[in-house]
Amino acid sequence: MADLRVNFCGVELKNPVTTASGTFGFGHEYGEFYDLGELGGIGVKGLTPEERLGNPAPRIAETPMGILNCVGLQNPGVDRFIEEQIPFLRQYDTRIIANVSGTTVEEYAGIVEKISDADVDLIEMNISCPNVKCGGLTFGTQPKMVEEVVSAAKRVAKKPLIVKLSPNVTDIAEIARAAVSAGADALSLINTLLGMRIDVESRRPILSNIMGGLSGPAVFPVAVRMVYQVHQAVDVPIIGMGGIRTGRDIVEMMLAGASAVAIGTACFADPMAPVRALHELEQFLDEHGIASVTELTGGLRI
Amino acid sequence: MSIQELCTVRDNRQLTGSVFALTLEAPRISSAAAPGQFVHIACGEARLLRRPISICQAHDGLLKLVFAAKGEGTQWLSRCSAGDVVDVLGPLGHGFDLSALGDRPVFIGGGIGVPPMLQTMQAARAAGAQPTAILGFRSRDAVILEDDFRAAGTVYIATDDGSYGIHGFVSDVLRAHIGAFTSVCCCGPKPMLRALAEIAQAAGIPCQVSMEERMGCGIGACLVCACALKAEDGAVRYGHVCKDGPVFYAEEVQW
Repeated sequence: MADLRVNFCGVELKNPVTTASGTFGFGHEYGEFYDLGELGGIGVKGLTPEERLGNPAPRIAETPMGILNCVGLQNPGVDRFIEEQIPFLRQYDTRIIANVSGTTVEEYAGIVEKISDADVDLIEMNISCPNVKCGGLTFGTQPKMVEEVVSAAKRVAKKPLIVKLSPNVTDIAEIARAAVSAGADALSLINTLLGMRIDVESRRPILSNIMGGLSGPAVFPVAVRMVYQVHQAVDVPIIGMGGIRTGRDIVEMMLAGASAVAIGTACFADPMAPVRALHELEQFLDEHGIASVTELTGGLRI
Repeated sequence: MSIQELCTVRDNRQLTGSVFALTLEAPRISSAAAPGQFVHIACGEARLLRRPISICQAHDGLLKLVFAAKGEGTQWLSRCSAGDVVDVLGPLGHGFDLSALGDRPVFIGGGIGVPPMLQTMQAARAAGAQPTAILGFRSRDAVILEDDFRAAGTVYIATDDGSYGIHGFVSDVLRAHIGAFTSVCCCGPKPMLRALAEIAQAAGIPCQVSMEERMGCGIGACLVCACALKAEDGAVRYGHVCKDGPVFYAEEVQW
């Protein structure tokens, strides 16, 4: 049996499979299908300083091998997460990855400071949400803004700080370097790709917010490419995400440079996707005589 | 409790031009299903999202679903035949609250909103009530499940074009007979639900509505199937059709 453990910024993950923020709520629902303790970590729904209602429906549209969403960061606010959800998640032997957002540099610093003092293992800072008017994506697309917001957060972070990058940029390596130079301990990518669909009968956009974020297998090759580019550019661990469905997808993402992965949209098709993919990964490692999953990271041959 | 079950198709038959009745062998889901709940079905490898379909009947290990083949997913499902295996999640969501129906409830369905009312009406009858159904269709050739409903109680059928039954909408029928009923349960297009809720409210009887929205995970994790509800302070809050619904009391909904 291969060793599945991954040391991620000093935090040991029992395996490299985590769940992607925004697709997994706080774990309650998928916890009805399997023991959440089987996962390496749980990326929780994106949190903001105050409760957010999110956008009106429709918030989802199907695309070829993908989906568009415009949920708009609906969440109960960081305080209620700390009070109500951490005790639930702590019942399971898995790592808690708290995903946080703000609309200003001060808000980002404030929420990172607050969540740092709570019982979470890793902090994932979302500077790439395409579905909110202020903040989110606007922070993640300009190197100067990335540096400013990440340094402010890093000054107050007492847990490893992962910065989640947007693929909606010309040069992902440049953004990655800005985040790392400002103190990011790790990077996660990719967030969703901005997309749009139109109902040709009514001539109206399907999504209430007109545009939304594309995820699912359709974006997988884009994610692999960007993880590869970022891995070439910086020297921090990467959580690779974007369209992963199978154990072989995990292997591919890790070969491109990821140290761990997150599975999201695949859960909608199959609630068991993360544990099924984990078992497939395990099988791949055994079949190929790979002793430790960490050997895969950046193992691409060119 | 959500269950994932691989179900063998027992039977799939066409009821009208676009409506199909699919019977699945689903021992685990069918024994847990309550009236008004739904299942979420994977419709082929090429489509990422499952399709939510309300439960028409669940008994003896079988699940009967009556659905309209409207888009690619449901068309795929309409082509399944006996012996095929489909991946089903269920039973999902909150169904109808049967505890406060009174002894003369009315069950109202419009179009493809008709099927989930059958099991609900049968459950009310089994509990000793004298139920009535008001079923609305576009025209005579769209009428489905009439005999099943007639076996469960009194039935009024209305068609938009008057080609069968009463010429008019289900709301016209409800308004004409509202004094005879102790509660309303309904499923159909949103404007219809709203009209029925207003009539029930004016008469002072409880009204439960089964809502529909574009859905993702189907279990409450992804938060896409937002339904505008009234918060305690009167403002809007978003509940989710898959987990908080699909059935809501009409007064909760921000119409």
